Amino acid sequence: MLQLTGNKTGSYTLLELQKGDTAFLDKINLPADDARRLMELGFLPGMRVTAGHCAPGGDPRVFQVDGSEVALRRETAAHLTIRTDAPGVL
Amino acid sequence: MSACHDCPAATAVIPGAGTPKTVALVGPPNSGKTTLFNRLTGLRQKVANFPGVTVEQHTGIADLGDGRAVSIIDLPGIYSLAARSEDEQITADVLNGRRKGTPKPEAILLVLDSTNLTRHLMLAAPILALGVPTLLILNMADDLRRRKGKIDLDVLSHQLGAPVAMVAARSGEGIDQVFAFLTKTLTPPKPVELPILQEVPKCRQWAGAVGKRASYHAPAPPIWTRRLDSVFLHPIAGPLVFMLVVIAVFQTIFSAAQPLMDGVRWLFDTSGAWVADHVAQPAIRSLLVDGIWAGVGSVIVFLPQILLLFLFIGILEDSGYLARAALIADRTMARVGLQGKSFIPLLSAYACAVPAILATRTIENKRDRMATILIAPFMTCSARLPVYTLIIAAFIPNRPVLGSLLGARAASMLGLYVLGFLAAVTTARILKSSVLTSKRTPFMLEMPSYRWPTLQSLGLRLWDRAKVFLYRAGTVILLVSLVLWVAAHLPLQNGQTPPIEQSFAGQIGHAIEPLIQPLGFNWKIGIGLITSLAAREVIVGTLGSIYGMESQGHSLDLQRALQHDLSVAGAIALLIFFAFAMQCMSTIAVVRRETGSWKWPAIQFTYMSTVAYVGALIAFHIVK
Repeated sequence: MLQLTGNKTGSYTLLELQKGDTAFLDKINLPADDARRLMELGFLPGMRVTAGHCAPGGDPRVFQVDGSEVALRRETAAHLTIRTDAPGVL
Repeated sequence: MSACHDCPAATAVIPGAGTPKTVALVGPPNSGKTTLFNRLTGLRQKVANFPGVTVEQHTGIADLGDGRAVSIIDLPGIYSLAARSEDEQITADVLNGRRKGTPKPEAILLVLDSTNLTRHLMLAAPILALGVPTLLILNMADDLRRRKGKIDLDVLSHQLGAPVAMVAARSGEGIDQVFAFLTKTLTPPKPVELPILQEVPKCRQWAGAVGKRASYHAPAPPIWTRRLDSVFLHPIAGPLVFMLVVIAVFQTIFSAAQPLMDGVRWLFDTSGAWVADHVAQPAIRSLLVDGIWAGVGSVIVFLPQILLLFLFIGILEDSGYLARAALIADRTMARVGLQGKSFIPLLSAYACAVPAILATRTIENKRDRMATILIAPFMTCSARLPVYTLIIAAFIPNRPVLGSLLGARAASMLGLYVLGFLAAVTTARILKSSVLTSKRTPFMLEMPSYRWPTLQSLGLRLWDRAKVFLYRAGTVILLVSLVLWVAAHLPLQNGQTPPIEQSFAGQIGHAIEPLIQPLGFNWKIGIGLITSLAAREVIVGTLGSIYGMESQGHSLDLQRALQHDLSVAGAIALLIFFAFAMQCMSTIAVVRRETGSWKWPAIQFTYMSTVAYVGALIAFHIVK
């Protein structure tokens, strides 16, 4: 489990996850259309996300979410905020 | 346990219910929908485009085993009915009966991946809400069992108000239940409580609750996929494997295809000689041998090469590796403003731009898709090979460049491939930073689990491609060969066929000579350039015919004839011209169809021809 103990201000995003780290998705800060597709792929607020392999250079990275593995570019992952406590919605 | 569950006829039976005429196959991407389609229909399928759009329509006939048959439409993979791409729009329209020319399906086969059921169940909500008789097919039953997942089918069926079947499309397990469903009287799904379809979280909650009540136990993670990914997506090994795969594909296309191509050439030579021996009338003999056999034969020779490339692409795609390749290529593609999803079409463009352009439909971003369509014909397609091979063999001496590793001829060939690639990349950059700039839409690519490709799916792919290719050879290329033969034999002079220089073809060649002389080409090459507007490889057949006719039946060695007619500078200019020019009617037609207007193919043709002309002009003057 990821330890978000840094003194960085603001919210944490999927970018903070290293390979093998797990967190819970909080918000998707993207236009409704893109957010909808991400949700259909499993990136729903409250869902457990684990960072997986990545392409050379760290971008894009594969995330394990809701039984699937989906690759996102850094620029997209930066818009998905995370938290460490389980919200218990789903 | 009976796995197929008939729902009681609580709702009114639709009038005339019985065997449906049209059944739609629906499911999310990577649910194994196409494998099931192949399993249900076998060879009795055809591919066409939905009229007016780019989306391919796969239809097939499934025999129900009692003399009755149904027509099955394989719709593009979708995540929901909220249309985001053209594929999804078509699927939604067909299911609602709003698509002209496609009958509204009387039943739906909804294919879901049983190993990822909770997420895939989200699609069941909008589909069941349509009120069309639906069978839920939980595919990959073998995988679910192996990875120790479980589900109570009776409860699931009751929860959804529709029958459910466990199926493994790859092995054929459970297929009989699909047939059983289609033979029985069809009833619409029983009304059950469905979530608000517009809200994804609500749909997911509903799917989760349904799964939970049906005691769905998700399977263990796919161990082999994780193991393979730790190699294929390893920071160092991953790119290495990627390079090896690309090199292996090319190596096989060039070397392994050779004996097969020689075989096809031998068939044409032998049958052509047989025809020449058995047709007494000289004009008809010449039409058959110099016109049809030479023209069509010079093209069909490339069938083995094209099929091999499609075999590779099929294996890469069906096994799941192509998604990883797209992931690895994404950053490189991003540098020129494109994305990883453009990689697959561009790789296919090395075989042929036509399927490559069709493959761009998976790119959701319209402008990225347009840019990919516009640059695809720059990639060195297999139709350029005969042109390159002929000219290189005639003009480039076979001396070593890098010791025994690389000869001058292979190096020239490689150089032409690089040239085409650079032209594509540069054009992409120009397009993406000017007319086709776009707000970058998020790149989201699902990584499917690795699977063994099935022989049936690979075989059907190749069969499909062979049909398309042979159809083209039998229509366009046959026609061009015939027209050329006639133009080269008229007008008659004193009842005799004229020397080729004075024939209609020769006159046309002479007419454009001033335009192409600065490139070092004479009128004979000019005729070849005109006929190759139909397809690049036609120039080889054309030059073969012209030099053949010129020497009055004593077919000169084509290479020596060219050496006599073309300087080294002219030869290099010709190579450069073919590297850039858009000499292909099929590509123009497919771009017209895919972009919906003549504007883009016209711009593309003008641009590529200009680049080709200027490039050839520069090359000619440098080498000269």
